[in-house]
Amino acid sequence: MADSTPTPTPTPTPTVRTSAFRQPGEGSSVLISVVTIVLLLLLWYGVTAMGWIKPLFLPKPATVLQQFIEYVTGAANDKPLWDHFVASMMRVFAAFFLAVATAVPVGLLMGMSRVARGIFDPPIEFYRPLPPLSYLPLIIIWFGIDELPKVLLIYLACFAPLALAARSGMKSASQEQIHAAYSLGATYGQVIWHVILPSALPEILVGMRIAIGFGWTTLVAAEMVAANVGLGQMVLNASNFLRTDIVVMGIIVIGVVAYLFDLLMRWVERRVVPWKGRM
Amino acid sequence: MPTLDIRGLTVNYAVQGGTLAALAPVNLELRDGDFMVALGPSGCGKTTLLNCIAGFLAPSDGQVLLDGKPVTAPGAERGVVFQKHALMPWLSVRDNVALGLRLRGVPAAERHRIADDKLALVGLSGLAGRAVHELSGGMQQRVGIARALAADPELLLMDEPMGALDAFTREQVQEILLKAWSASNKMVFFITHSVEEALFLATRLIVMSPSPGRVSHAYDDLPFSRRFLAGENARAVKSDPEFIRLREEVLSHVHRRETVSLDAPAQESAVG
Repeated sequence: MADSTPTPTPTPTPTVRTSAFRQPGEGSSVLISVVTIVLLLLLWYGVTAMGWIKPLFLPKPATVLQQFIEYVTGAANDKPLWDHFVASMMRVFAAFFLAVATAVPVGLLMGMSRVARGIFDPPIEFYRPLPPLSYLPLIIIWFGIDELPKVLLIYLACFAPLALAARSGMKSASQEQIHAAYSLGATYGQVIWHVILPSALPEILVGMRIAIGFGWTTLVAAEMVAANVGLGQMVLNASNFLRTDIVVMGIIVIGVVAYLFDLLMRWVERRVVPWKGRM
Repeated sequence: MPTLDIRGLTVNYAVQGGTLAALAPVNLELRDGDFMVALGPSGCGKTTLLNCIAGFLAPSDGQVLLDGKPVTAPGAERGVVFQKHALMPWLSVRDNVALGLRLRGVPAAERHRIADDKLALVGLSGLAGRAVHELSGGMQQRVGIARALAADPELLLMDEPMGALDAFTREQVQEILLKAWSASNKMVFFITHSVEEALFLATRLIVMSPSPGRVSHAYDDLPFSRRFLAGENARAVKSDPEFIRLREEVLSHVHRRETVSLDAPAQESAVG
């Protein structure tokens, strides 16, 4: 997880070799990642500055940055970026927290009970591989064009991976841990509470990371219909006017926000389940 | 006075095309203060026997009686120490040891006091607040022993608890275990592959043999653990001529049985 540090720290930590032979994938990749990003930005700058690609297809970095500044300061002929940002955040996180609050219990129940597994397995496995865009029309017809269908669409995208993670997390406890708890006098309920649930935490946290990722990918689809504010709506609206500079700016904003949130989740993971992969 | 009675205990596993006798009728009796070690090659049914006593496995026939009451499920009066992977990594060392007390509703201050007591007994006083994954394998096994002792069982079941430890750590944990045992004088049923470990720890030793799993030899009143506890050096006890003579004798029993079991390899592999 060392590669999650956003910038290479200048402290001269000497590289400690722990083995004389090579380990697959050993070493830090932070510096390489930074170099890659810088090179990509330079390439972007180069091809647009030389005029090899028309601004309609790929706007200059400076134009995108200027759009960003205009949107942040509210000088743009649109709502300020902050409004779009807040609206999208509300949708994604409302859906995400709703999914955590419902999918985790459902997944745990599926892991615990044959009946719950029988009930929930077919619908979840059926809708899980469907592209959200394919059932978006139905959701609009059923639930209208308010906030509800938008949140619902993101919620559905988050629900399946979370429920499946919680369900498989229920199998994480070792036979020895379960036997040990029973031999200490635990009841079935106590085994669930003191052994099964804590051991499911690492997988649930991974499920949360995957789920929020699905949430971001569904955001634009959710804001395709009758939204007048939101990052996805901002991008769609700009694309109608062929404003690729705003499109690119919106994409970068969504990407950076999602990445920062993933870093936060990894940090939470290290704090909550420090034993993960070490037992 | 606590006693463990094992009467006509039989376990048959269903295998392809019939049943496999994992445990032929076994009869044993343990009394307070007995440290019984079960020794034998893989597939001799010693873990099956332990699982029946612990209540993890229901026998096909016969009974396990603790103080006259039949064992039907796992319970706090029979503590178990496993080979590995049995601690809860989300709990600190102290909370792991105190888990049994927490499950029965002992208040935090009291259970922490008892846990710290047991940790001192296994030589881990300074590590109560540490995370389990920060400990070495030998330390983790000592936490497992302290956890079983903290729940104050009548009988301690140990399923190859030293199996995953290196030879040096093993000797150290053996000595710690003997001291902890003499302080509580509980009944112990201990499984091992090591003849030397068996003779050093046991007051009573049973040698088991496979196909079907049964007790082939029994030794009562082994003196070596008591000599160590009386102050004699562990290495001196283990290099005593009588210790070495018995070690070779027991080994010859195990080896003869292994040769016999090799004649029927098809029967052997499935028994745990």
